[in-house]
Amino acid sequence: MSGHSTYQPQNGFMRWLEARLPIGGLVHSSFVTYPTPRNLNYWWTFGGILSFMLGVQIVTGVVLAMHYTAHVDLAFKSVELIMRDVNYGWLLRYIHAYGASMFFFAVYIHMFRGIYYGSYKAPREVLWILGVIIYLLMMATGFMGYVLVWGQMSFWAATVITNLFSALPGIGESLVTWLWGGYAVGNPTLNRFFSLHYLLPFAIAGVVVLHVWALHVVGQNNPAGIEPKSDKDTVPFTPYATVKDSFAIAVFCILFAWFVFYIPGYLLNGDNFIPANPAVTPAEIVPEWYYLPFYAILRSIPNKLLGVIALFSSIGILAFLPWLDTSRVRSARYRPLFKQFFWLWVIACVGLGYLGSKPPEGAYVLISRIFTAYYFCFFIIILPLLGIFEKTKPLPNSISDSVLKKA
Amino acid sequence: MTMTRTLIALSLAAGVAISVLPAAAQEAASPPPPRQTWSFSGPFGQYDEAQLQRGFKIYREVCSNCHSLDLVAFRNLADPGGLGFSEAQAAAVAAEYKIKDVDDKGQPVERAGRPADYFPSPFPNAAAAAAANGVAPPDMSTLAKARVYLRGFPWFIFDAFTQYQELGPDYIHGILTGYEQPPKGFKLPEGGHYNKYFPGHNIAMPQPLQDGQVTYEDGTPQTLDQYAKDVAAFLMWAAEPKLEQRHRIGFQVMIFLIVLSGLLYFTKKKVWHEVEAPREAASGQDPAKTTL
Repeated sequence: MSGHSTYQPQNGFMRWLEARLPIGGLVHSSFVTYPTPRNLNYWWTFGGILSFMLGVQIVTGVVLAMHYTAHVDLAFKSVELIMRDVNYGWLLRYIHAYGASMFFFAVYIHMFRGIYYGSYKAPREVLWILGVIIYLLMMATGFMGYVLVWGQMSFWAATVITNLFSALPGIGESLVTWLWGGYAVGNPTLNRFFSLHYLLPFAIAGVVVLHVWALHVVGQNNPAGIEPKSDKDTVPFTPYATVKDSFAIAVFCILFAWFVFYIPGYLLNGDNFIPANPAVTPAEIVPEWYYLPFYAILRSIPNKLLGVIALFSSIGILAFLPWLDTSRVRSARYRPLFKQFFWLWVIACVGLGYLGSKPPEGAYVLISRIFTAYYFCFFIIILPLLGIFEKTKPLPNSISDSVLKKA
Repeated sequence: MTMTRTLIALSLAAGVAISVLPAAAQEAASPPPPRQTWSFSGPFGQYDEAQLQRGFKIYREVCSNCHSLDLVAFRNLADPGGLGFSEAQAAAVAAEYKIKDVDDKGQPVERAGRPADYFPSPFPNAAAAAAANGVAPPDMSTLAKARVYLRGFPWFIFDAFTQYQELGPDYIHGILTGYEQPPKGFKLPEGGHYNKYFPGHNIAMPQPLQDGQVTYEDGTPQTLDQYAKDVAAFLMWAAEPKLEQRHRIGFQVMIFLIVLSGLLYFTKKKVWHEVEAPREAASGQDPAKTTL
């Protein structure tokens, strides 16, 4: 995907194929000779980890779909029977359930890394926006997958989240009825969620291809935040990035396996082991941990419509990040003030995540509001102004300079 | 450095502020159930066959009068990693139950249970169960995973490392042993029972187990505490019947992944050696002037 290929087909068949469909050259230039900055740290391995996780989710998901029944009377039981009667069904199910959490965990690190090192800045705006689209698709997919289990929390999460759209003036109520396919969350809702939950991962895979394509056009950013100037600044993707990413994926899998094999109950909500019952509302309706910051933002605003707007803005604003950040220096390494505001923002995000799991009362609400205000101020006020007023540190001459001077 | 310190101080302050908040709310709530020792906890935990069998006896003699066990079949009693019954024993248990079925002529009949049958429900439907008990007694198949309690900050972080997974059995043990006289001033509604560990303390179920109620033939003490442990262990098995297989495969996977990571780490070191520690730098030359 990056310019002319130096690929030399090794055998007759590949020469024949290359003259008709230059796929060998495409793979060769994208994953073998593709130059990657030599100073990438381990935060840059999360792209590879995310591709791996997408593959894991699709493979386990396709097999789970062979055993799952999308019907309100059978869904919960079919999931339990997968756990009990399907060979290694418990393994498939736990891998898929925790795969979602690991996927989000990796994507959050990937995003924090992108923001810390200014990876969204020109010429990587489209790359960044494609990433935001992937994230949005992931959120929709994850939410619908959670509903498929059809436990109490599945049902009530579906009810609460779809009801958000009822806040829209005028069309709200009709829109929600349309989403449900009825007058309450029911069998049509479950069926369409299953259909979309199976479809969207392939949409994600498609956007991932665009994301990687855009990446290979503009090249990777790096911790120094300066473009490679010569061959000395880069190393070929294979073997350097391949082996480093493989190592990172293996270590990531240790963490993944810890959850799957030893603490599978850790992130699963107890109420979701009770079959969905529209007549009984759980004491507390809590989304999965990866939505909690946004849930906290939603609840920190007393007006429902404004809360929903804040919720969607908090995600949508990410797409405008390349233009909100006016600084010409990319990496936080050379931006002393940005670095502090960034870490405060991370604290606000994690804090909102914790507050999202707490009932909206007393001091929780107050702190949620402070964090929500900071979340938005970071984007709307701090980033535009920092670019003007911040005194940045001098940038190194080249990537190899930044690496070798340090050593 | 001062910036870093300010940041750490700020985040600590935020953490303290957040963790102090719930203290006031928790005082009114029920205390967490006391932690018990379980044979199935930890990375190598296995079910204790004798304990599961005792728990099953309690389920049959006491719990099953009101609670269903919809997702467990008689054949599961002979599954590996469970009660350790032989297939003949499981079939014998099944035969003691009457199962509603339809005969060759389409007439409703009651026949003896077979291993493939599931434990029959004590009530024909949820409405009948609710009418007989005030509230429909919950199905017990997933109870040990459904009845968890909030650990709160910071305990939930430690739990990820200590592998504390037995919240459900601890809670069930707590409920079974937590019946007591309501404290002065506590208004117990009609038909309610006071339980120390139940959220809100007002539980519909009367105390189901007392000392000496169920006869153990293996000499295990016939105390309420022992009964509560045994039946909680049985319910954990009912909810998570593949736990032993999970722990066994988990250990193999862990060993594999750690060895694989180690090999990949050293491969990575070898591949990157020239980039990270160029030969020229060692011999005093400027590595920037040479190509890789």
